[in-house]
Amino acid sequence: MTYVSQPVSVSLIMGKVLLALGLGIAAYVVYFGPAIVISLVLASVTALAAEAFMLRLRRYPVAPFLKDGSALVTAWLLALSLPALAPWWLIVGGTLFAIVVAKHLYGGLGNNLFNPAMAAYALLLVSFPAHMTQWPAVDMLAQAHLSLAETLRYIFTGRLPAGVTVDAITMATPLDFLKTQLKLGHTVHEITRAPIYGHLGGRGGEVVALAYLAGGLFLLQQRVITWHVPLAMLAALFAAALWFHVFDPDRYVAPWFHLASGGAMLGAFFIATDPVTGPTTPRGKLIFGAAIGFLVYLIRTFGGYPDGVAFAVLIMNMAVPLIDTYTQPRVIGHGRQQERP
Amino acid sequence: MRTLHPFPGGVHPPEHKLESNSRPIGSAPLPSLLVVPLLQHIGNPAKPVVEAGEKVLKGQLIGKADGYISVSVHAPTSGKVLAVEPRPVPHPSGLPALCVVIEADGEERWVERSPIDYLNLDVSEVRNRLRDMGLAGLGGAVFPTYVKLNPAPDAAIPILVLNGCECEPWITCDDRLMRERAPSIIEGARIMRHLLGAREVIVAIEDNKPEAIAAMGEACRDTDFELVVVPTLYPSGSGKQLTQLLTGREVPSGGRSTDVGVQIFNVGTAHALERAVHHGEPLISRVVTVTGNVRRPQNFEALIGTPLAELVKLTGEPREDTTGYIMGGPMMGFDLHSTAVPVVKAMNCVIARSDRLFPPPPPPLPCIRCTRCAQVCPVRLQPQDLYWFAHARDFGKAQEHNLFDCIECGCCAYVCPSHIPLVDYYRFAKSEIWAREREKKAADRARERHQFHLFRLEREKKERAEKLAQKAAAAKATAAMPNPDADAKRAAIQAAIERAKAKRAGVVPRNVEALSPDKLQEIQEIEARRAKLREVMEKSGEDQA
Ligand code: SF4
Ligand code: SF4
Repeated sequence: MTYVSQPVSVSLIMGKVLLALGLGIAAYVVYFGPAIVISLVLASVTALAAEAFMLRLRRYPVAPFLKDGSALVTAWLLALSLPALAPWWLIVGGTLFAIVVAKHLYGGLGNNLFNPAMAAYALLLVSFPAHMTQWPAVDMLAQAHLSLAETLRYIFTGRLPAGVTVDAITMATPLDFLKTQLKLGHTVHEITRAPIYGHLGGRGGEVVALAYLAGGLFLLQQRVITWHVPLAMLAALFAAALWFHVFDPDRYVAPWFHLASGGAMLGAFFIATDPVTGPTTPRGKLIFGAAIGFLVYLIRTFGGYPDGVAFAVLIMNMAVPLIDTYTQPRVIGHGRQQERP
Repeated sequence: MRTLHPFPGGVHPPEHKLESNSRPIGSAPLPSLLVVPLLQHIGNPAKPVVEAGEKVLKGQLIGKADGYISVSVHAPTSGKVLAVEPRPVPHPSGLPALCVVIEADGEERWVERSPIDYLNLDVSEVRNRLRDMGLAGLGGAVFPTYVKLNPAPDAAIPILVLNGCECEPWITCDDRLMRERAPSIIEGARIMRHLLGAREVIVAIEDNKPEAIAAMGEACRDTDFELVVVPTLYPSGSGKQLTQLLTGREVPSGGRSTDVGVQIFNVGTAHALERAVHHGEPLISRVVTVTGNVRRPQNFEALIGTPLAELVKLTGEPREDTTGYIMGGPMMGFDLHSTAVPVVKAMNCVIARSDRLFPPPPPPLPCIRCTRCAQVCPVRLQPQDLYWFAHARDFGKAQEHNLFDCIECGCCAYVCPSHIPLVDYYRFAKSEIWAREREKKAADRARERHQFHLFRLEREKKERAEKLAQKAAAAKATAAMPNPDADAKRAAIQAAIERAKAKRAGVVPRNVEALSPDKLQEIQEIEARRAKLREVMEKSGEDQA
């Protein structure tokens, strides 16, 4: 029997994840307005309610499981992946799907095969492509500013203040814009001079990405996550982008742009590191992360979707059992020849 | 300077050594009643050689080693044997075991003690003496010492390691022993080296025991022993991990450190060996740490057989919130079922429990595959997978994933954020597999028996048939046996028959159709001769008849 244990709990780990997301959220609010806070609240309330309901239904003790914080993490990751100006039902519906189907119907905490937030994101993207592209414009580029009340009204009723159009408050994401402009025959160099771009990636977005990076480093320092998945994913994304960029800089945007855009940082430190749906072996984590990074690049560059993180993660989720099987570490005392049958 | 080869994983729980290691080893007073279990070591229980009512002297043999892996047991004091009967013993199962109960007479009269002249005795003789002195490892595993000093003839043990790591939290008996009796320990190691024929001696101590390091270093000064200070990390003191740490050699799966040329002894064992060899004292006492929720935690040298309750009393009145006692450390120890159990050779530490010191863990949550357990596993197992298989009762898979390489150190359970009692699952899985193995063996045996039964029936049938056939054949054979009389008779009969035949048919011998005339001539001559012979024969036959 082990009579002592480290003062660590699932709640504590999830709490640290939420805390680490805080910085990114703050940057988001600064650059894109308060809409994201509304999404977060909506998703959180829905997730907790759905979690409690499902736990009750499955006859689990509600309180300890609800306290573990895993539902909140799912809710936050989904909300941060969705456009902040998405209508309320999109967020609520997505969260319900994430908790009820992707999490609990697959066996609940610890048993789900797919990252619940990413499964919900993929479902929404396929089902409601139009609503999934209404990204709030960076505040300094938007023609109209929405107050918190106006944002609330827009999210819940779809009505905008008189004289304000959807176009005035939303905008294509930098990744999207890049893709469509490339199709029109412009070079990367020309495109990235557009005002929505900053130094590294999209204006505002790059700061949010840096904030996620800082949050991720905090998680690393706290040993909530290991370095394997984030490093492998970012390195693979960077390497793939570098390869194409060197090969044809007019058509393929620079690697740092990829790192600072879309869900790269959020994905690397917060989504792909989801322990439940990722591999458990150190080598497996490297393979998993690298494959995601590579897939993200492929989907972004050659695929039809605006960002590739969700699909890359889901695809690799399916490969996890295989990866785990083939990357078992050599147990101490077993000769190398016995490593693999 | 020896380069260390850190093993993977490991944890560093709060040490809690200060509570008990700041007081010198106290000596526990003689209790009025001692309960000495006959099984205090790994292996066969010793055979009792005393009976109720008998008087015994201190150090007198009361249980004789039985079989190769076994050691003897001795009376811890002089007095009268009250009973030889099952009594509660400190064991996780809580089942009583055969003990010799001795009422002390308070005189402490020793048997005659004879030191072992190990330098002038045959090594195997020394080993036998050590077995008869009851020496077993005092680190907690209680493996018979003489067996460990008896390596297979072809397996040289060049390295002898003296284990002073004491990596479990709370336990300080080795620490105090090293501080207070370093010369005896080092002398014990010298004897061990002689018996083993080891080339090197390494004394390994964790760096959280500076006083012990100083004392042992002082005692090592005039030797070529190497004192190695290792970082404080649980489970450095575990045999396989210490071997790896000091030599970089991995003990092969299912093997022992001797397989890679290393033999490890606990410092307490070296001390006991020195007492046995130079002073002729069998192992009848040991140092026990009594700590945890007690008023004055301290180490005591206590006689084997001292009731735990009396030992605990030495630290002051028990506190009200004490909820029980742990034997061993908080990582690998187990709950004692009562304080009636006696001190045994394996008892290095007793920790009084309270909810304040050892809060009961919150209810376990599902495994979130965070792999913290895998990161601290010193064997590089995947504890979360083993847990999954054990939980799903997929024991075959657990075994495939090297369940039996798990040393049950508890590092994984210590770090698990879901508070899953992982080691309990592994123990459960192991015991299930053992049980199945036993069942399978029993079933195999039953099947073999059944098959043998069928085989026997078959064989008996065959044997019967063979016997019959043999009888028949024998009858025939006797008929065909050469017998001069019968032969003559038979020849006569035969001749008669032939004659009759010849007469009846006037047969021309076959194969004569195509013969040349001279051949025919020849044959006819022969036939004529034979006819003459026949006549003679017939005559003689008639005479005989
Ligand atoms: S530490 Fe606990 S929760 Fe984490 S993987 Fe291991 S068993 Fe699962
Ligand atoms: S108890 Fe077993 S599985 Fe857990 S850390 Fe120790 S050796 Fe590894």
